[in-house]
Amino acid sequence: MAYYAKSKGQRVVDWSVHYGLLACYLFFALFPLFWLFKVAVTPTKLLYSEGIRMWPSEMTWTNFTQVMTDTDFPQFFINSAIVSGSTAFISTLIAAAAGYSFSRFHYRGKAVIIVLMLITQMFPLVMLIAPIFRILTPLGLTDSLLGLVVVYTAFNVPFATFLMQSFFDGIPKDLEEAAMIDGNTRFGALVKIIFPLTLPGIAATLGFVFTAAWSELLFALMLVSSPDAVTFPVGLLTFVSKFSVDFGQMMAAGFLALIPAAIFFFLIQRYLVQGLTAGAVKG
Amino acid sequence: MASIQITEATKSYGNTAVLHGIDLNIQDGEFIVLVGPSGCGKSTLLRMIAGLEEVTSGSISINERIINDLPPRDRDIAMVFQSYALYPHMSVEENISYAMTLRKSPKEKIASAVNGVSSILGLNGLLERRPKALSGGQRQRVAMGRAIVRDPQAFLFDEPLSNLDARLREQMRSEIRKLHRKLNATSIYVTHDQIEAMTMADRIVAMHDGYIQQVGTPLEIYDKPANVFVASFIGSPAMNFIKGTASASGDGYHLQTDQGHQIILPESSGLKDRMDVILGVRPEHLMIVEEGPASLPATVDLIEPMGLSTLVHVRVGQDSLKIFTLDRPDIAEGTQVHVSYIKEKLHMFDARTEMRLESPV
Repeated sequence: MAYYAKSKGQRVVDWSVHYGLLACYLFFALFPLFWLFKVAVTPTKLLYSEGIRMWPSEMTWTNFTQVMTDTDFPQFFINSAIVSGSTAFISTLIAAAAGYSFSRFHYRGKAVIIVLMLITQMFPLVMLIAPIFRILTPLGLTDSLLGLVVVYTAFNVPFATFLMQSFFDGIPKDLEEAAMIDGNTRFGALVKIIFPLTLPGIAATLGFVFTAAWSELLFALMLVSSPDAVTFPVGLLTFVSKFSVDFGQMMAAGFLALIPAAIFFFLIQRYLVQGLTAGAVKG
Repeated sequence: MASIQITEATKSYGNTAVLHGIDLNIQDGEFIVLVGPSGCGKSTLLRMIAGLEEVTSGSISINERIINDLPPRDRDIAMVFQSYALYPHMSVEENISYAMTLRKSPKEKIASAVNGVSSILGLNGLLERRPKALSGGQRQRVAMGRAIVRDPQAFLFDEPLSNLDARLREQMRSEIRKLHRKLNATSIYVTHDQIEAMTMADRIVAMHDGYIQQVGTPLEIYDKPANVFVASFIGSPAMNFIKGTASASGDGYHLQTDQGHQIILPESSGLKDRMDVILGVRPEHLMIVEEGPASLPATVDLIEPMGLSTLVHVRVGQDSLKIFTLDRPDIAEGTQVHVSYIKEKLHMFDARTEMRLESPV
């Protein structure tokens, strides 16, 4: 009501502030991406000679072709894709099961488990590197993609579980009870009724875990050394040598690294924005 | 169709008991309404019959076969939820046919069953829609359709009308009743709305604090409430209560009220001299009269005209009483009046046990 009572001048001010703030945010969020691309397409000889310009006087794709052909980056990408994809899949599977149980069942020790999971989120990761290394070495999991998957899964499952639990909490219990009365087992009701409704949550969780694993540097740096198992964030550091930094190739590699994450989010964005439960219950 | 027997059924969550020794026999084809305030255990009892809650002790049988340990899907019952619980990612048709699809019924049989149900419930034009594109009343019908299409042994209703507006509720009330007459299926209906209970039930089960308070036909419950709780819960406007002490006078008894008035009591074998009594009188059994020997002086507090009738709130000493009349009394708030009662229609309860004292009427 109050909105309609506002004068035209007031509405223009409101509108300007609203979109002005959005524009500031977008600029802040997207400018680094633009700069990444701009440096990636700037020939090395112009990088330091032209000074700071919004666009170079000459453009080149050489940095991209060099990254793809002359370096180990294709291998790093594949490693990152394997590690991130596996972590996302396994974490989401575990988180969905755990989140469903937290959301639907009452059992002894549930509160303790939840508190323990919260506690795991309270430590800075740096503190844990030495003990993790100590645990993984005898198991032969250092310097391997599997080791990274195990570590990333362990660290992502608690948060992903809370995320999934909140999605299950949003789906009325009545739905699976109705399905059970209609003739499903509890598992059948979960798969046929609850699962399709949780797709947005599953997509969000997959996306969250995937990006976290895709950009993780600390553990990848500490646990992996042979090029066969290096992931792309560690690979980026190879452009930094003792005497120089190859910014052009580094930015090109960084830009290429964005592509899989972008494709992944493009695929799941349909589910992220869907409000499937609308109309399930009175509304 | 089925008869349902509940024997000594209890339900506890940890140390908290929510149902205590429930005994109930439901006849084949009967429409039973479980009624009571929130938290009385009526929904829990319904969910135990559905198999959604475990029975802590005692037994529940359908057609004399104990079903305590059967999962919901094997009990052959249908349930209509308060929230409707329609599957949001399925069309109306898929919602209605889901149970039959799960049972792998032949396609032609499913199609004809869905058609039959949708014409009974007036859903023919809506079969392709998703639940979110339906109004509250339509969703309610789909939920009913989903239950009917299976031709189950028994129907369970968990406050199915409480999300509808008053007019639609009234309409659906009579439709459910008609449907029951047509299908003649054993039905158990949970509500906190005593009007739904009165209008729909073959028998009402009044519940409070996990105990069954009374089982009877609507009029039995209305005319002879077993205790103060049932008397106060059933009936709208609610029954008036006056506290006092019975004292013998001549052949019978009268009530000496806490406010110092005397009310002549009907005969009852349970009455004793100096016994504390709660007197119940329904608003329609009180009337405003000229001053007389059996009248009580009162002050008019509030007059609520309701078109068809008028509800007059009066105060007799400290007791507030409601009087229901079809007249339109020409009195103003604040005036002094006299109130009389129909002696034969008075209800008496032992103030200690709150149980009914039988009178010959």
